[in-house]
Amino acid sequence: MNFTLYIITIFLLILSYFKDKKKTMKALKKALKAFENILPQFLGVIVLVGILLAVFNPEIISGIIGNRSGWLGVLISGIIGAITLIPGFVAFPTAAMLLENGAGYMQIAAFISTLMMVGVITLPIEMKYFGKRFAIVRNSIAFVFSFVVAYIIGILVV
Amino acid sequence: MRFIKRYKFLMTTLIILTILFVVNYELGIKAVDITVYSLKEMVFVIPPVFVLLGLLDVWVPKETMVKYMGERSGIKGILLSIFIGSAAAGPLYGAFPVAAVFMKKGVKFSNIIIFLGAWSTTKIPMFLFEMASLGTKFALSRLIIDIFGIIIISGIISRIIPKEEIEKIYINAEKF
Repeated sequence: MNFTLYIITIFLLILSYFKDKKKTMKALKKALKAFENILPQFLGVIVLVGILLAVFNPEIISGIIGNRSGWLGVLISGIIGAITLIPGFVAFPTAAMLLENGAGYMQIAAFISTLMMVGVITLPIEMKYFGKRFAIVRNSIAFVFSFVVAYIIGILVV
Repeated sequence: MRFIKRYKFLMTTLIILTILFVVNYELGIKAVDITVYSLKEMVFVIPPVFVLLGLLDVWVPKETMVKYMGERSGIKGILLSIFIGSAAAGPLYGAFPVAAVFMKKGVKFSNIIIFLGAWSTTKIPMFLFEMASLGTKFALSRLIIDIFGIIIISGIISRIIPKEEIEKIYINAEKF
């Protein structure tokens, strides 16, 4: 596991405490308030991810991306990427495995791109911070852009 | 009442989880396993991010942020937004609270969107990992396309969203 973030945070916190106790307490209060504010959404999203990943297991996902080709395959990969929320260190090796099993670079590029830029499941969190319109506009544009990425990668990487 | 309203979404997901248990016990167990796994992942990233944000809020004056990433920050603001987003760890939803603090500190809207884009897709640790898994050509092509894409997308969104709406988003950010 990665403790770097904790170490940096604790170091800065101690530094801050020695410089100004009052300010440090204020910072901690702000942190707690902000965390409490968004906690319900976070927990909801995490449970939803658990349910979705259990039902749509990697075998089902890889079957769909691996067996289809062309723009329909790209579209399906893009949609799967937009809906699922898989950490990069799981997604990249999975994508590499799919490539070895005959999936196209375009499909993989669409999948990776929407996976990172489009978050259908996290929409409730995004809307809470930025409002409905922004969240929908940002995700839609990112979705379309992912197909541009897929197309260019399809030309460049053969 | 306030509690129920706030936790409505979470309760809905828990009801779905219960139904999944009834329909297919094994899938239910699997869903709980994955949930616990994500929960652990969240514990490793989210609390320090919030503490860092609290410190940033208290220690970095608004003028400094406005100077480097505000309305008149120009290319310097764009580069800084890309850099901060790319250096970050964790999933995209971790970027939203950071964006809220940036808005409070007067960071320009288009730079906020660039920052979100960089956080989602040009992250340095992830790039190294992508290179190892999918090859240098794939990772590098995607990185270059994405850097242009992020800036273009930011330009489009800033134009599509009306001024009043952007103001509302900034006012909303004060709540966080």
